[in-house]
Amino acid sequence: MNSSSSHSVASAARSPQQSELWLTRRLKSLSRHHETYVGLVIIILACLITLTNPSFLTLENFFDLLKSYTFLGILAVGVLIVLLSGGIDISFTAVATVTIYATMSATLAYGGNIVTVFLMASIIGVILGLINAVIIYFFDIPSIITTIATLNIYYGLLTVWAGGKALYVMPDWFAAFADIKVLNLVNADGMPYNLSIIPLIWLAVIVVAWVILKYTALGRGIYALGGNPAAAQRAGFNILRIQLFVYGFMGLLAGIASVVEALLAQRVMTNSMVGKELDVIAAVVLGGASLAGGVGTLSGTLLGVALVAVIGNGLTLMRISSFWYNVFIGLTILISVGASAYRLKLQRRRAYVVEVE
Amino acid sequence: MASRKNSELITLTAMMVAVFVLMWYLNGNAFIQVDTLQSMAFQLPELGILSLAMMITMLTGGINLSIIAAANLSGVITAEILVHYVAPDATGSGPLLIIVLAIAAGLLVSAIVGLLNGFLIAVVEVSPILATLGTMILVKGVSIVITRGYTLSGLPEPVLYIGNGLPGGVPMPMILFLLSAAVLALILNWTRLGQYIYMIGSNPVACRFAGVNNASVLVRTYLISGVYAGIAAMIMIARFNSAKADYGEAYLLLTVLASVLGGVSAAGGFGRVSGVVIALIILQLVSSGLNLMGVNTFLTIAMWGAILIGVMVINSLNERYQLLARFPLPRSRKSVSVSQG
Repeated sequence: MNSSSSHSVASAARSPQQSELWLTRRLKSLSRHHETYVGLVIIILACLITLTNPSFLTLENFFDLLKSYTFLGILAVGVLIVLLSGGIDISFTAVATVTIYATMSATLAYGGNIVTVFLMASIIGVILGLINAVIIYFFDIPSIITTIATLNIYYGLLTVWAGGKALYVMPDWFAAFADIKVLNLVNADGMPYNLSIIPLIWLAVIVVAWVILKYTALGRGIYALGGNPAAAQRAGFNILRIQLFVYGFMGLLAGIASVVEALLAQRVMTNSMVGKELDVIAAVVLGGASLAGGVGTLSGTLLGVALVAVIGNGLTLMRISSFWYNVFIGLTILISVGASAYRLKLQRRRAYVVEVE
Repeated sequence: MASRKNSELITLTAMMVAVFVLMWYLNGNAFIQVDTLQSMAFQLPELGILSLAMMITMLTGGINLSIIAAANLSGVITAEILVHYVAPDATGSGPLLIIVLAIAAGLLVSAIVGLLNGFLIAVVEVSPILATLGTMILVKGVSIVITRGYTLSGLPEPVLYIGNGLPGGVPMPMILFLLSAAVLALILNWTRLGQYIYMIGSNPVACRFAGVNNASVLVRTYLISGVYAGIAAMIMIARFNSAKADYGEAYLLLTVLASVLGGVSAAGGFGRVSGVVIALIILQLVSSGLNLMGVNTFLTIAMWGAILIGVMVINSLNERYQLLARFPLPRSRKSVSVSQG
């Protein structure tokens, strides 16, 4: 989808007939991508919302959305990579909760700064993620069962340790970091608005994940493992190393996301994240990632998160009660997964017909 | 295969006895008093029937994430009818008829959710985890829209009896649970549908070539799962004397835990009702025993997670040991196939 603009410039030089052929080909290839449909739905929704409330299509609203969906967006990147490898992780909300509670407790007790907070959260997150990977790899236990178990263990132990107490007093420098603005602008009414530093953390995560998936042997290994584990092993990929990376990276991102959540809320609760794991997985699935592994893209995942954000934001702007939120998300998921499953089914049926002939 | 099933049941039973003895030892005779046993018998059935609803879908190699949402919606529908048309202290046959109709409506709703899942999975061919994730969110959304996020409370006396009655000293929920378990065992072991459910879980393609209509079997599987969620809902609203869109959400992962602990394979094809029942008893013994000792509930939750991993590790080591005993590997140890969740 990214390359379509550069192609359209080139096509102007072609003969009309050629360009028509090119266009049909291009449209056909686009219609095969799940991302195209998600993108179209987002555009249609955006038009509908803008018609009711023009403030949807403003840079101000866009910056706000970026900030409030950074938490979900970072976790979605981690979940995508786990799904690509053919696994699943349910425990990341518990990992995030443990990480931020431990990090901020230590910081409040012994002092620190924003760098030590991110560092400590990353380390704890990675360790908890690696524990998942070790159990999954060495005992051959399905990842869904392992991570359901570790979710209960991590969360249960943390709640016992914390005694249900939340941390309400954050250091001044912690609040100051959350207030950093990278871009100050003024809207048409003369009101100032800004881009927070928080979405930049998300951007950094996306870039790192993109480079790993696209340009490293590790990234290829993740797709290979998800596509066909036996073949990946025969092809010489080190399965242990890939599994360690995948779940460790999920843990790392859970740690970073938990710091983001604390920066936004300026407090640490023990019960604010656990229970949201399926929402994150739903966003990734909306973006076209397959739970069978090997299928899914970073751009699709970002579109999935965007779709969830547009639906949530749209309901608010169109003054529809937030009670309807789940109904809309649920319907969107069912239609999305239903349509792509049905397309696959038709393709398979066509393949059978060819075989018979 | 039969020996494998039996060895798992023996392991589970031994574990149940061990946990019972351990809890008895730790708590003294308070643990075996009628009160304690009765309260266990009141607590187990909700999670128990929901676990059965989860189990039957796992046998086909699927999963049903929408059971809690379906249970809450049917509870909300039943409670909505009751709160509007029957006073909490009403007596006579008129209100009784409405109560029966309200319960029937609740069960019908959960059956419809089951059919929707079945349609998506069997006809549209969406993977079970995605289809039921979607219906879970949608169905919960419908409950939220109906209740506007509030709790519906004040149910009539006869309904409360479902959750709190003690006919002959046996808690009513326990009777319903045992009946549900018996019916499910009957379906799985003695009917053609039950046999097909195991076949689909073991090998769907072979099952189709054996002349089985896979789609019809799957639709009926998810229908049964939905109805069981509805039965659990009736116990739940009767025990809480209220209904809400998001009751019991922590149960979802616990039902998977109970099923897997009970020997149901996550890949499908294996698992018995008796195993799941024993697993539920183990979980209940641990929870009640620790509760009696004044241990934090969350430590219990952590303990359940640890038990699940422990059982899976033992099974995995056991399987590997048996495999190695039959096919010894002289040099490299690492050729065990990598299976994915």
